[in-house]
Amino acid sequence: MTWAEPPGPQHEWLDNDAGPVARPYILTGGRVRSAADGFDLVAFVLAGSDLDPAAHPRLLPEHRRLVALARRPVSVAELAAELDLAVGVVRVLLGDLLAQGLVAVHEPPGAGKLPDDDILKAVVSGLREL
Amino acid sequence: MDSVNFDHAGSGVTIPLALKILIAGGFGAGKTTLVSALSEVRPLQTEEVLTGAGIGTDDISGVEGKSTTTVAMDFGRITINDDLQVYLFGTPGQDRFWFLWDELAFGALGAVVLADTRRLADCFPSIDYFEQRGIPFVVGVNCFDDARRFNLDTVRRALDLDPDVPMVLCDARDRQSGKLVLISLVEHVARQRGEPVPAA
Repeated sequence: MTWAEPPGPQHEWLDNDAGPVARPYILTGGRVRSAADGFDLVAFVLAGSDLDPAAHPRLLPEHRRLVALARRPVSVAELAAELDLAVGVVRVLLGDLLAQGLVAVHEPPGAGKLPDDDILKAVVSGLREL
Repeated sequence: MDSVNFDHAGSGVTIPLALKILIAGGFGAGKTTLVSALSEVRPLQTEEVLTGAGIGTDDISGVEGKSTTTVAMDFGRITINDDLQVYLFGTPGQDRFWFLWDELAFGALGAVVLADTRRLADCFPSIDYFEQRGIPFVVGVNCFDDARRFNLDTVRRALDLDPDVPMVLCDARDRQSGKLVLISLVEHVARQRGEPVPAA
């Protein structure tokens, strides 16, 4: 994605440390916010099992790839990496799919809710086996 | 296990619980190296887009001339079992991306701060960040080949760390070494809850 015009020298975000200049939100028609809140990086997305793509002719190819990848539970971070799209863009696309009932999203427990002791023990013993 | 794992609509699909661990530290401290050493999958990159126009607005149409830039975040995954995965997120290195840290830190189990003894001050901002937010962390002192070896107590004093924050010498390139750092973090989290994890 290199449709960049040269960034102005005064632009605060852009210098040699910054990533490539891009216009990733073209895919979403300029929408920056997802239709739904949430989509934590480690939220899991799962597509409905009875999806008929023909019934949704207006889906973008990226929407279809997301649905295909979500045949098994897959995290938002992995979806973004797999499609090589910014997380914010993927959230907008997932919001579209959620609004059409094509995927379900399972958010993690969230802040302040520590996993219980059994889970921590399982993590420690799992790590020891690495 | 609590109720986060459940059968999805009777289809027999289990949604795993994903625990988030942040890997922080100064530029060049070995964050990406550690994520790579520990991840079971090729480390992935996810990007977040920064756009001056996007903040606080819902739509960027009409401001197409504004530039955006992307920040890459490394992440890796460790599958503990069918129900449980650990996600490692390398934090963006530059200070101006702090607001991305807030998203990464939301709901995180804890963090590893990698320290490079040649540039110890580089990890101060990470330590401040986790201290201020009450996020449990451990310090991994990455042993670079050409660095002078310091006594851990000396490093602890230099970092002005609370006595209960674990410090571990590590080699970020080495999976066995890296996993010990993660174990010390999870044990630290468990101790903070007052429920020690017995040595298995």
